Amino acid sequence: MSLSVTLTINGDRKDVVLEDPRVTLLDLLRERLHLTGTKKGCDRGQCGACTVLVDGRRINACLALAASLDGAEVMTIEGLAVGGRLATVQSAFIEHDGFQCGFCTPGQIMSAVGLILEGDAGDDPDRVREGMSGNLCRCGAHAGIIEAVLDAQKRVAGEEGKAA
Amino acid sequence: MNLFDYVRPASVAEAVAAASKPGAAYFAGGTNLLDLMKTGALTPGKLVDITRLPGLDRIETLSEGGMRIGAMVRNADLARAPDFAAAYPAVAEALLSGASAQLRNAATVGGNLMQRTRCAYLADPASVCNRRDPGAGCDALEGENRTHAVLGWSDACIATHPSDFCVPLVAFDAVVEIEGPEGRREMPLEEFYLLPGETPEHESVLAGGELITGLRLPPEAADFRARSRYLKLRERTSFAFALVSAAAALQIEDGTIGKARLALGGVAARPWRARSAEALLRGAEPTAESFARAAEAALADAKPSGDNAFKIELARRVVTRAFLLAAAGTPESVPALPASVFSSDTGVSIHA
Ligand SMILES: Cc1cc2nc3c(=O)[nH]c(=O)nc-3n(C[C@H](O)[C@H](O)[C@H](O)COP(=O)(O)OP(=O)(O)OC[C@H]3O[C@@H](n4cnc5c(N)ncnc54)[C@H](O)[C@@H]3O)c2cc1C
Ligand code: SF4
Ligand code: FES
Ligand code: FES
Repeated sequence: MSLSVTLTINGDRKDVVLEDPRVTLLDLLRERLHLTGTKKGCDRGQCGACTVLVDGRRINACLALAASLDGAEVMTIEGLAVGGRLATVQSAFIEHDGFQCGFCTPGQIMSAVGLILEGDAGDDPDRVREGMSGNLCRCGAHAGIIEAVLDAQKRVAGEEGKAA
Repeated sequence: MNLFDYVRPASVAEAVAAASKPGAAYFAGGTNLLDLMKTGALTPGKLVDITRLPGLDRIETLSEGGMRIGAMVRNADLARAPDFAAAYPAVAEALLSGASAQLRNAATVGGNLMQRTRCAYLADPASVCNRRDPGAGCDALEGENRTHAVLGWSDACIATHPSDFCVPLVAFDAVVEIEGPEGRREMPLEEFYLLPGETPEHESVLAGGELITGLRLPPEAADFRARSRYLKLRERTSFAFALVSAAAALQIEDGTIGKARLALGGVAARPWRARSAEALLRGAEPTAESFARAAEAALADAKPSGDNAFKIELARRVVTRAFLLAAAGTPESVPALPASVFSSDTGVSIHA
């Protein structure tokens, strides 16, 4: 049973034929489209390494079925920097040492982007910690991660303030 | 994962027809279904994708009072809907205490109700499990069972229902709306779930092909909005299932309790409504002593199903504390750490 799906990935329209419907969004990204920035940690929704934005919302790509997402817009870590210029959250992770080995980092960053878009956490460290709890870091870089997210949130809010 | 057919029906009637064949399963957010298909615990021959069905993603205020929530509303969207959170703050708090932000964005109302127990043996096809394979036996009885049930269990199955959302729903008499091959029906969520008895493979009343289309909260449920809380004990502050949880709600007038509501999570195969405790509180003063008596009544029939006697005392303490928090009043917004004992009464963390 082959299926064709169309997805917009980081702004590019992709028509993909799936040999069968078992393909998760994570496997489609990594194995078919060779977008290996999105990581597979647990493959069971428990670690957040596979976090991507689908239609602007952060989800675990390992528990999403590509076939079901026909027509969706997907944003992965590869789509964040524009013209070689890092996004605010990416720069903040570098400045605050928000990683060590880097395996969880794409998921952390996409999750942080999702959290800032949701707009519920503001500058409250507890809300940011709670909002980022779906992303585990085996290296224990959480302190830097939370600082990075808080700083990025502040900068994004500042830019919005200026624009308004 | 086994190979399956995939269909995406355009209407509820088509979905019900497609799912009425044996071996078919509805696919909503997929966060529980795919997880169990990956281990091989579930092997549906056909997935009926209900994500595009029209009309199931609405949150409506009903003219007769109360609210109706479509089965495909995502958990995160419901928790964030201002009218809903204002009327049923304990339900919003329970939703936000469950899983992670990513999972709540995908998980649906219907899928949350229908999620399977987290008993590790159910997920592992190398183990024997009466729920997965009726009559095979239950590896949890002599296995890892410290998180298992202390109420309503049987020798055939000692699993618990893992949902947070469903606990306040049962406390507030939520009604499930169902559409199936034989037409429509509805029932209180509490009666929707079955205790294991001799037939633990029957987890709910849902028959083949039946689809949950929505949920209703009755108008009276909102009368508790000023004093209702959800409290969830877990092994880490966030992103963990409940060991024990409680939804507690009160109406207090002139220093006396009018009505009380209580349901417990993590203790039984269904969210556990404790009417004896509610009855004890009627006319009582909202004190720690009254709440401790209520907790005693709520757990009167509890017995360990394994290495889990601690959950009984834990549950009593969770009930007492949940009522104390409810009596102090619903916080203005959901605390930074939802349903956590590490949130102070004002919703601010006591962590440094
Ligand atoms: C790592 C992890 C942590 C989690 N932590 C928590 C937690 O702390 N608290 C908590 O409450 N939950 C938790 N969950 C569970 C999560 O809430 C559920 O997976 C989710 O709610 C299921 O919803 P879904 O839409 O993804 O369902 P699906 O996976 O699509 O479906 C689940 C089941 O319901 C059936 N179904 C779905 N919709 C309908 C319908 N409308 N009518 C009839 N049948 C239907 C499906 O056939 C399937 O059998 C966690 C999950 C994971 C993976
Ligand atoms: S407790 Fe229930 S779910 Fe767990 S192994 Fe036993 S029968 Fe299966
Ligand atoms: S790989 Fe998806 S959550 Fe771990
Ligand atoms: S940086 Fe190594 S896992 Fe997070």
